[in-house]
Amino acid sequence: MITVKTQNLTRKFASLIAVNNLNLEIEEGEIFGLVGPDGAGKTTTMRLLAGILEPTSGEGWVYGKHISKESEALKDNIAYMSQRFGLYEDLTVMENLNFYADIYNVSLKERTQRIERLMSFSGLSPFTNRLARYLSGGMKQKLGLACALIHTPKVLFLDEPTNGVDPVSRRDFWQILYQLLKEKVTIIFSTSYLDEAERCKRVGLIHKGQLLKCDVPANIKRERNVDTLEAAFISIINESH
Amino acid sequence: MNLNRIRAIIKKEFIQIIRDYRSLALALINPVILLCMFGFALSLDVNNVPLAIWNQDKSQISTDFIMNFENSRYFNVVGYLDSYDKLQNYIDRKKAVMAMIIPKDFSKFIQSNQSAPVQLLVDGSDANTATIAMGYVNAVVAGYNVKLIEDSTSKLGIQNLSPIDLRPRVWFNEDFKSRNYIIPGIIAMIIMMIAAQLSSLTIAREWERGTMEQLISTPIRRGEIILGKFIPYFIIGFFDVLIAISMGQFVFHVPFRGNLVLLLIVSSIFLTGGLAQGIYFSIVAKNQRLATQMAVLTTFLPTFILSGFVFPIYNMPKVIQIITYVVPARYFITILRGIYLKGVGLNILWIQILFLLLFALFMITLAGRKFKKKIT
Ligand SMILES: Nc1ncnc2c1ncn2[C@@H]1O[C@H](COP(=O)(O)OP(=O)(O)O)[C@@H](O)[C@H]1O
Ligand SMILES: [Mg+2]
Repeated sequence: MITVKTQNLTRKFASLIAVNNLNLEIEEGEIFGLVGPDGAGKTTTMRLLAGILEPTSGEGWVYGKHISKESEALKDNIAYMSQRFGLYEDLTVMENLNFYADIYNVSLKERTQRIERLMSFSGLSPFTNRLARYLSGGMKQKLGLACALIHTPKVLFLDEPTNGVDPVSRRDFWQILYQLLKEKVTIIFSTSYLDEAERCKRVGLIHKGQLLKCDVPANIKRERNVDTLEAAFISIINESH
Repeated sequence: MNLNRIRAIIKKEFIQIIRDYRSLALALINPVILLCMFGFALSLDVNNVPLAIWNQDKSQISTDFIMNFENSRYFNVVGYLDSYDKLQNYIDRKKAVMAMIIPKDFSKFIQSNQSAPVQLLVDGSDANTATIAMGYVNAVVAGYNVKLIEDSTSKLGIQNLSPIDLRPRVWFNEDFKSRNYIIPGIIAMIIMMIAAQLSSLTIAREWERGTMEQLISTPIRRGEIILGKFIPYFIIGFFDVLIAISMGQFVFHVPFRGNLVLLLIVSSIFLTGGLAQGIYFSIVAKNQRLATQMAVLTTFLPTFILSGFVFPIYNMPKVIQIITYVVPARYFITILRGIYLKGVGLNILWIQILFLLLFALFMITLAGRKFKKKIT
């Protein structure tokens, strides 16, 4: 089943085309990596798919819901973690979790179980009463993920979730993502780290708003006859100029 | 509308207010400071108004008349002069706020039982003092008139012809305490302070800090966000109104003649309009500083300047007077003074109340329409 599909999805900011005629199809339970340098249009794509940014033209569906005409219904099925830390720094870890549990109408019974589970596999348990402001970068990102997972979303959008996160937290983070894949959650994340892109089932290379390549990492490397995705992407980007 | 979500926003908003000492001070301490400042320090009562007199009559009768001013604590006779130039000089140099000219024929008029013209020159540069001082003059003159009537009736051998107590009486604010006028005005100021400086931050802060981007990606409804953000500030504002009313009653002893329930209802309506206005600018600006500036400019300042709280509307230029018709505080202060000092009710105040109600509905609609769960 296709969970994310776009047709000529375009977003302009004045004369700048941030996302240009994007055509994507992402399967259910897939982990898809959106890769590209700063300013490539990754965040804009994520926002469009999360229903919080109006497209200039083109269409898109997430879990069967149209990203602009049904953007509110769409939000029941997804979780979105913005690139910038989006939780309340003056609330504690627990207060943030409870806030998002309330917003998603998670029942009290389910909530206690879920919070317990999320806390244990994110390693946040010792910090429940700490203000989010005083968490380390990695802890903040794990809290962001925990809040995003409090309502068991079908599709998860993560905008550069591991940016500035220490290697240990990064490994924890990936552990959580692999666990989610077993539960058939579709994960779309963006990154500028190419070693991370290697872990994805498929990657899309985005540059200046254009999707230059979208395939399984192994195929991309074989096609370019190189060992790493990094080398493949450099060659693709150079060719596009 | 989902109550759980609204409650979650309310709770979160309260936690944030309590943990930020600045907003806590704005919410709870500033109103009390404002009350004390206006109630004690900035009392608009005027005592010892410097008065210059040119007595052209120089008779026993006019001297008697002047004694009434000499003996009043409201006036301080600073000079007896003998020309217009000198009077003008006194006023120009701020040695006197008022000058009184008693004409040559003053005693003749009085003796022939006619009313005697007395000219009063007032320095209008401080409209407030001038207005209040003119009120004092009226009171002193009225007192003198009564004495004259009593004298003339007793001369005719008619004792206590009029059993009616003819002592002069200033209506609605008998003892001329400006404090009585000020407390109702301060209630309006406090409400607008909450609106301008607290509610204007609430949405802008979330855009600025990036928390709104996260929040709008959830299924929460727009109305739930707006209502969840409105209610905490409404509770704070209402609490402040209660503080102001209690302090007015127990600290400043302002007479209260009207209906408390009506006062609270009208205050709630005014508060709703003000908060909606603050929230509207919070939505439009998406930036805390700009939002506050716009809100102060459109809520707090007009309430201070154009409502008739400090500067009487009838002293304003015509154009400004017309502008005051769209300042909600103008109606609110009229209502408050009506309830406080005159004890009037709905039958008289309903037009003003209706205006406030329409304004509140208009602002709520405007804010509700403007807020979008989208990034621009
Ligand atoms: N709200 C916005 N207004 C104007 N320009 C924007 C806005 N958001 C993004 N852009 C521009 O669109 C381009 C793509 O940005 P973005 O999607 O954030 O890239 P990335 O996330 O890949 O770094 C950039 O040139 C950026 O400056
Ligand atoms: Mg980005």
